[in-house]
Amino acid sequence: MIKIQNLTKRYQKLTAVDNLNLEIAKNEVFGLLGPNGAGKTTVIHMLATLLKPTSGTAIVNGYDIISDPSKVRSSIGIVFQAPSSDDMLTGYENLRVHTSLYQVPSSQRKKRIQAVLELVGLADRQHDQVKKYSGGMRRRLEIARGLLHKPKVMFLDEPTLGLDPSSREMMWKYIEKLVKEEEMTLILTTHYMEEADHLCNRIGIIDQGKIIALDTPANLKRSIGGDIVKIKTKSHTDLEELRKLVYVRKIESVDGNVILYVDNARANIADILQHVKAEYVEFRSPDLNDVFLKLASKNIKEDGEGGFMERYAQYGK
Amino acid sequence: MEKEVLWRDMPSMENNFAFFEKIYALWLREFKVFLREKSRLVASTFTPLLWLFVVGIGFGSVATLPAMSSVGYQKFIFPGIVCMSVIFTSIFFGSYIIWDRKFDFLKSVMVAPVSRVTIFVGKALGGMTSSLIQAAILLSIGVIIGITYSPLGVLETIVIVLLLSFILTSLGLIMGSYMQSLEGFQMIVSFVVFPLFFLSGALFPLEKLPQWLMVLTSIDPATYGVDAMRIAMLGIGTNSLALDIVVLLGFAISFGAIGAYSFARMKAV
Repeated sequence: MIKIQNLTKRYQKLTAVDNLNLEIAKNEVFGLLGPNGAGKTTVIHMLATLLKPTSGTAIVNGYDIISDPSKVRSSIGIVFQAPSSDDMLTGYENLRVHTSLYQVPSSQRKKRIQAVLELVGLADRQHDQVKKYSGGMRRRLEIARGLLHKPKVMFLDEPTLGLDPSSREMMWKYIEKLVKEEEMTLILTTHYMEEADHLCNRIGIIDQGKIIALDTPANLKRSIGGDIVKIKTKSHTDLEELRKLVYVRKIESVDGNVILYVDNARANIADILQHVKAEYVEFRSPDLNDVFLKLASKNIKEDGEGGFMERYAQYGK
Repeated sequence: MEKEVLWRDMPSMENNFAFFEKIYALWLREFKVFLREKSRLVASTFTPLLWLFVVGIGFGSVATLPAMSSVGYQKFIFPGIVCMSVIFTSIFFGSYIIWDRKFDFLKSVMVAPVSRVTIFVGKALGGMTSSLIQAAILLSIGVIIGITYSPLGVLETIVIVLLLSFILTSLGLIMGSYMQSLEGFQMIVSFVVFPLFFLSGALFPLEKLPQWLMVLTSIDPATYGVDAMRIAMLGIGTNSLALDIVVLLGFAISFGAIGAYSFARMKAV
């Protein structure tokens, strides 16, 4: 459905997208994951024909983004990072403008507008001006707009950026519904690892304009190798003894902490603590954050926010 | 290809009807926004009234010139004040392209299968509509100061307003398409709006001006609008109505072309 070939975008000295090659299959939900400034939005803008590549090209729904932009535009729907509806108009009126721009046949317009409004749960607020909508509602209206012309490919650029947790969850629900009900290829960008994990069949991790990993979320997490146990030790620990344990796959020593990659941490944690004098211990399953941290060239500060499933402070004192 | 999705590909075979329909959709959006922003309408009617009643009566009490003696100063400047309203409304309208870009509405239009010419024409028509409504309000106030309209005069006036507002909306949109900030736009606008207004002969007859000033007034499109409107409403003027209209048409074609070009080269993101 999408075939990206040597796609490159350079701004003076900065290379935002660096010789990108990628294929996305029909009806796939593909996540483009990466930190801010990794080049995600630039890729989307080029695929949506809003930005000319410096070199390379891409085929979207069989049309070349450079030689056939108008057909590409008819094939795609897009939800931008910032809501783009006219807030002086009502939700319905915004959609009405776009049915004309996309040449939805007049016999189907009303039906189609109602269908997409139902899908995103805005039917009852359709005659309110958009300025009276909440942030989450505005995003949903954007999705409705993107769906009006039954695009073959839908781009969602950071669909939950700046939404509160409950709105985000709701947004996920709508995106899942959309995947189920509308047959289309979906490409979403995000820097929320759990979002990509939750929604996507396949993930490309992008950093500094390059894809640094490409696989299903499960495989990416598997690549970490087991659960993660982080132990802060009181005194010097004999790592050799830990290494002998059959369920320990790998041991790292970082900033005086010992990090173990183990099979089934929940079952084995007690045994591990027999072998080491721990000040405290944390253990959890790997998530995409770990994958990302492992891969990203930048040094992102340890832990980040949240993420740890369980935490035993000052264990064994 | 499956039957159900056939209409997805229709924009590629864009016919004339589709072109007009898209323009209509874009225009309708402008018109609705205009109707909902009532404060804009009130504010932009106020300044022309100030000119008409304060300056018009004030100067009217001292200024008598042969060119205007038959009608009096207030009536003499009335067509000029109508043009002033057109100048301000139209050029100011260019700032809406900056708003559209700021709030990403423009991006959502540019990602649709819509040509840049369509976007430009839709926007320009929006500006012309605002100016026309503004002018209509002023024309009805004209009755108060004793202007009597002939049906033909009204028709001519409408044509002149539409032409002049197309020229100046295009000018505003051209400037807006090259600018990123509203503050910058407002600064440039004041450098453009006031010369256009003062050089147009809205407030004084142009016959006895020194040569250098004559040259400047002759390159101001508003000059021809004011002159044409004065002929249409009061039957007095410097040029002939036909000449004024031809010159305005010339301006309209050139500014329209530059506007379409400016929109075509405008960056989407």
